[in-house]
Amino acid sequence: MLITIVCAALAACGGSNSEPGKNPYVQDAGAPKKESNGNPSYDPNRGEGKFTHVDVTPALNAAMADNGQRIADVKCGSCHKTTEEKLVGPGWKGVTKRYTAEWIMNFVTNTDAMLSKDPKAQAQLEICLVRMPNQNLSDDDARALYEYMRKNDGVK
Amino acid sequence: MRKLRYVFVIGAAALVIGSESCKPKNAGTAVTGDAASKAYVAPGKYDEFYNFVSGGFSGQMSVYGLPSGRLLRVIPVFSVDPEKGYGYAEETKPMLNTSHGFVPWDDLHHPELSQTNGEIDGRWVFGNANNTPRVARIDLSTFRTSEIIELPNSGGNHSSPFITENTEYVVAGTRFSVPPDNANGDVAINTYKQNFKGYISFISVGKEDGKMDIAFQLACPGVNFDLSHAGKAKSHGWFFFSCYNTEQANTLLEVNASQRDKDFIMAVNWKKAEEYLKAGKGKKVAAKYAHNTYNEKTHSATSEIKTEVTVLDTKELQDICYFIPCPKSPHGCDVDPTGEYIVGSGKLAALIPVFSFDKIQKAIADKAFEGNFDGIPVIKYDAALYGEVKKPGLGPLHTEFDGKGNAYTSFFVSSEVVKWNIKDLKVLDRAQTYYSVGHLCVPGGDSRKPSPKYVIAYNKITKDRYLPTGPELAQSAQLFDISGDKMQLILDFPTIGEPHYAQAAPADVIRNRSVKFYKIDENANPFVSKGEGTTKVTREGNKVHVYMTAIRSHFSPDNIEGVKMGDEVYFHVTNLEQDWDVPHGFAIKGAINAELLIMPGETQTLKWVPDRVGMFPMYCTDFCSALHQEMQGYVRVSPAGSNVPLMFSTGKNLPAAEPAPAK
Repeated sequence: MLITIVCAALAACGGSNSEPGKNPYVQDAGAPKKESNGNPSYDPNRGEGKFTHVDVTPALNAAMADNGQRIADVKCGSCHKTTEEKLVGPGWKGVTKRYTAEWIMNFVTNTDAMLSKDPKAQAQLEICLVRMPNQNLSDDDARALYEYMRKNDGVK
Repeated sequence: MRKLRYVFVIGAAALVIGSESCKPKNAGTAVTGDAASKAYVAPGKYDEFYNFVSGGFSGQMSVYGLPSGRLLRVIPVFSVDPEKGYGYAEETKPMLNTSHGFVPWDDLHHPELSQTNGEIDGRWVFGNANNTPRVARIDLSTFRTSEIIELPNSGGNHSSPFITENTEYVVAGTRFSVPPDNANGDVAINTYKQNFKGYISFISVGKEDGKMDIAFQLACPGVNFDLSHAGKAKSHGWFFFSCYNTEQANTLLEVNASQRDKDFIMAVNWKKAEEYLKAGKGKKVAAKYAHNTYNEKTHSATSEIKTEVTVLDTKELQDICYFIPCPKSPHGCDVDPTGEYIVGSGKLAALIPVFSFDKIQKAIADKAFEGNFDGIPVIKYDAALYGEVKKPGLGPLHTEFDGKGNAYTSFFVSSEVVKWNIKDLKVLDRAQTYYSVGHLCVPGGDSRKPSPKYVIAYNKITKDRYLPTGPELAQSAQLFDISGDKMQLILDFPTIGEPHYAQAAPADVIRNRSVKFYKIDENANPFVSKGEGTTKVTREGNKVHVYMTAIRSHFSPDNIEGVKMGDEVYFHVTNLEQDWDVPHGFAIKGAINAELLIMPGETQTLKWVPDRVGMFPMYCTDFCSALHQEMQGYVRVSPAGSNVPLMFSTGKNLPAAEPAPAK
């Protein structure tokens, strides 16, 4: 149901380059397996959230990265520097090398759930002691932000 | 399972009450065993109804959950509210502007929920300012006051803000008749009969955006208009207003306005008034009134002073108004869900007259008039009367309906709620209230479709109901379960200010529309900072504008220097959070205009005029994170003419720019 709505929204704004009716961030085959108690088994590389698979091309999508920078300036820049330096939260330099695209995009859109579950997120919380706010990024916002982080990490 | 238990509980309640043949003598015997479970809403669970309760002399409107009686919010409407910064932030100050200037405190009497097809639609709730006459519209997606319109030619806007069944109009009838605003008001008070008029305003409400405008005013004879309700279903197109002081007394009304055996209910054919208006019969007269609107995109209010209003003279223009005699200073004027029965409640009466819409129409067609009052035809009492409820109690005030053919009327003098059947006018049940009940509320009880689960009594006197708190006590509301044949008292709960009228609606009609935060991308406040990179401090003459952001947990900028004596500093604080329930506060020492509270995605402005040279701390007043106590900063104020340059920063612990003091 939720997936259908997301698809419809994406198709409606024409921001997605995938075929209509398909969420580019969700791969059916890659859907998390259920444990015997019905909970999805937790994949620490993917994190928890709606993103199961993100297509990343080797070359940078510059337009997308620019959009990501615009979003970062408004919603992220108060707490994160683009260097390695920690401000309120960790610096972003190298973040795309430490985490998968799925993990980052799940963390920035499903922040509270990840903070209470994901070992790597919890380790950062112990250092920063401020729970990262959920800044209500759309799926496309999260993807653009990830592209900006890639640019920041030197992808051309 | 739940339903089964419910049935059992009702059955048990009926048994318990049924076995009690006499009236309860005190509070202890008034409460039966399962009351607690009926009013209990478990932690983390939601209430079934929203209850919008007037704050009376507090000027605000409070929101309770039912059946728990939990206070959910106080909505600031006609008074400044330090808790929300309403009337303190530069953005909200214009909401309280009037033709008399800024009015920080008024008296809100009656909430009225918007309706579509006679059913509560959950979009807006209206409220009336009684003292400086105004009507407010509150948006139920934000629970904030969106619009306030002042009423010219009025004094004491009591007969308000009742609506027509599609919210075409919200009305406002003046309690005090006064000389019209454009006439000379400097006349002897005892010329009431010659110079004083009663004005009734019909405020149109935009179908989509809710925008209010005074469509027309009816100039009526000088009396006191008290309460009103719109016709519905068959009587849609009519409005009914109770009035007292038909003696037209101007002093000691307690005695002098209680001389006549009957005053009136005034029936208004507003469709007819619309026809006259269309035909150009309205007269545009000079007036002065404020119209204030809050823009959710700019997070700012604007106040416009209007200078003209259209008036229809009901003496000249036939067939708009008719008076119906109603015994003993009528107060409540309530129309049942079918639209056929109009219940008048004489404050000093020992009966309840019920008028028939069909009979009123016939009486008008037959000209069954007993004469006229100041040019308005007076219908014969018996020609309009359906019947009287005999010996219901003493001092009936207000009536609500259950949609099942029954009415609930409050009795102030005998302190009770009385349930009676409309068709046969027989009393079915009575319940004591503690003490001296005023208004009543059944969810949807003045609409075409009530949700008859509860009746709430809003009492005028509290006395010993709660632990004493000195001479001033919380007001008291009482919740009765009316799902069975008999009323069952299940809860007392304290209220703010004085609860006059109240309305309630099923939670689902409202809760799903609730806004959780303001989208920062849509913030169109001219002083917004979208991201820390855009924060700055600018100077225009002696005005210093600080474009500031707040996010867990710091301000940017948090060090400001170069402010001088004689400056006016405006802190435009944007909350960059984009999550529900993460407001930030802002306060700076010595600000005589207090603090700000800024919702996620919102920009609010605090004006601060430093009164001395020195160092001024500022901080976040709303606990936001583990490092909330670190969310602070400094503003340095230098003497006028100082050459300290304007500087601002965040996160830069610069080496001291000035020489260290001598050791």
